Amino acid sequence: MTTLLSLSGVTAFYGAIQALRGIDLTVERGEIVTLIGANGAGKSTLMMTICGNPRARDGQIIHDGQDITHWPTHEIMRRGIAQAPEGRRIFSRMTVYENLLMGAEVAGRSGVAGLLEQVFTLFPRLKERISQRGGTLSGGEQQMLAIGRALMSRPTLLLLDEPSLGLAPLVVRQIFGAIRELNRTTGLTVLLVEQNAYQALRLAHRGYVLVNGSITMAGTGAELLARPEIRAAYLEGGHA
Amino acid sequence: MTALRDAFLSAIVAFGLFGPLVGLVTANGEHGLALTARPIATAVIVGLVFFGRLAMLSWRGRTPRATNRALAERITRSGKYLTPVLLIAAFALPFTGSRYYIDLGTLVLTYIMLGWGLNIVVGLAGLLDLGYVAFYAVGAYSYAILATTFGLGFWTCLPLAGILAALWGVLLGFPVLRLRGDYLAIVTLAFGEIIRIVLINWVSLTNGPNGITGIPRPTLFGLAFSMDGGPGTFAGFFNIEPEVIQRIIFLYYVIFGLALLTNWVSLRLRRLPLGRAWEALREDEVACRSLGINVRNTKLTAFGIGALFGGFAGAFFATRQAFVSPESFTFIESATVLAIVVLGGLGSQLGVALAAIVMIGGLEVLRDLLSTLGDQLHSPFFGDIANELPLYRMLIFGLALVVMMVLRPRGLVSGRTPGVALTKVKEIAPELVAQGRG
Repeated sequence: MTTLLSLSGVTAFYGAIQALRGIDLTVERGEIVTLIGANGAGKSTLMMTICGNPRARDGQIIHDGQDITHWPTHEIMRRGIAQAPEGRRIFSRMTVYENLLMGAEVAGRSGVAGLLEQVFTLFPRLKERISQRGGTLSGGEQQMLAIGRALMSRPTLLLLDEPSLGLAPLVVRQIFGAIRELNRTTGLTVLLVEQNAYQALRLAHRGYVLVNGSITMAGTGAELLARPEIRAAYLEGGHA
Repeated sequence: MTALRDAFLSAIVAFGLFGPLVGLVTANGEHGLALTARPIATAVIVGLVFFGRLAMLSWRGRTPRATNRALAERITRSGKYLTPVLLIAAFALPFTGSRYYIDLGTLVLTYIMLGWGLNIVVGLAGLLDLGYVAFYAVGAYSYAILATTFGLGFWTCLPLAGILAALWGVLLGFPVLRLRGDYLAIVTLAFGEIIRIVLINWVSLTNGPNGITGIPRPTLFGLAFSMDGGPGTFAGFFNIEPEVIQRIIFLYYVIFGLALLTNWVSLRLRRLPLGRAWEALREDEVACRSLGINVRNTKLTAFGIGALFGGFAGAFFATRQAFVSPESFTFIESATVLAIVVLGGLGSQLGVALAAIVMIGGLEVLRDLLSTLGDQLHSPFFGDIANELPLYRMLIFGLALVVMMVLRPRGLVSGRTPGVALTKVKEIAPELVAQGRG
């Protein structure tokens, strides 16, 4: 396995508030890596920092052998990194089709049909809704659209920020199933930020636990699932 | 009973508002200006408000809201037929031969074109621009100065004026890239004023408040529309009697063509990735960035292309008037164009056209009707109103905006037609989609 993304000593600030305190993290090619943690731990910030918004103040972000720490966001996204951002952020007044096309902007027009087909195989629901406005979709469909849109850029690394947010368990299972499927069939590397620790750890090859802007634990999904402190803090919903 | 009380309260408000606005006129008295009261006019307005409110209340009591919505839907749907009807009407207008209507049509088309230009910035890209008149002014002065100093013709200057305006658009775009919403509006507003004040004070270039006169008229493939009827003129070439109306009609078709060009380009752009990026930008800037869209360039092109059409319209304005002065480029013009865009429904081409027709044409026709009515009835009352109507333009705009925001908060034509749609999914072969034609 080769390293696709590595962060070393990354810090990030919102004004004077330090959100990330020296993050070290690696994602190997073909892996699903999950990042779990409580509200405000800095999970989404880490995700956004990889995309250069906000920029990392210290440390280094290396993608595919290239230091992208100081690159502008849109340039980073043109390197085969795609993000389905927190809260989905789909274009609600544009149709599903237009939303998907927006995702293909980076990859260029060639092969759009094939990409669309791929997305529709993964999420048949989107095909039914193709001419509908994004805003009229249900939450689960919007999440599918956000992931589908991200996939339209033919990424090698997919960043997923809380795809289970506000969704029914059944839909969550469906979406996680799709992620596993993608990873298995296309070898897509996925970095997944989740609150839903149990599902995420079961899905992921490896996981990191983020607390107050620092990584406190790392290991394979199964290992982390077995750790009593993880069970206490994230799985059984309380401070044991 | 509550309806009566409500209507009475509305009448009081109307009296408070229109009493000073309409009821009092300044007139030249013996000792300078004097105030004259106009009780009848005030009474008529207050009465109108009273009974209007009463009618509104009883109407609302009876009509279910669904009817209103069905009506709104019908307006939106009738767009399909309305567009060709409007196009044919616009094309056929000069055949009436009435100078009044052709002039009015030219004015309305100018505003339609400005509206479509601003629509790119405000409607599509979602950047609230209150200084659009600046680009109109840049276009007008570019043509005026180029034509009077270098003797260049209209058709040479038209693209130049557009490009210069676009350049200013991009220049304005740079400092405001990080601004959003209200802040953006304030800076663009200031920019509009800066351009006007520069025009007033840079006397050596712009001749200051006196403006530039003697701006040449456009020619038709080199044929001028002059009255001498020589061989190099339109009338001379076609061997007809030279008449002023020929030039008026020609100007009408020039702006008609320019407006159609604006519309065509906007519609084309909306189907292209750039247009889609504008719309996406209006929806969510962060999401755009996360999809690899260069937000800076996308915004700048929106400002630039919007300004380009403002510049074209400005050059046309200069050539039509044969005279430009800073007075023509006040904030009120920006506000009018913006009102047209907002009333029409942000992003809707047809809506903008309708709003311009109603706001510019409708007002003018109303004025004409009132003054004719006044002449017919030999009553100075209607004539007075007709003469003063332009003064109340902003009041009527404001009223129209309020009424619209209550009845149709998303504008006259609020339905957004997708730039690309898969209405006939099965008919599109994958290879067509691959070529980007899906």
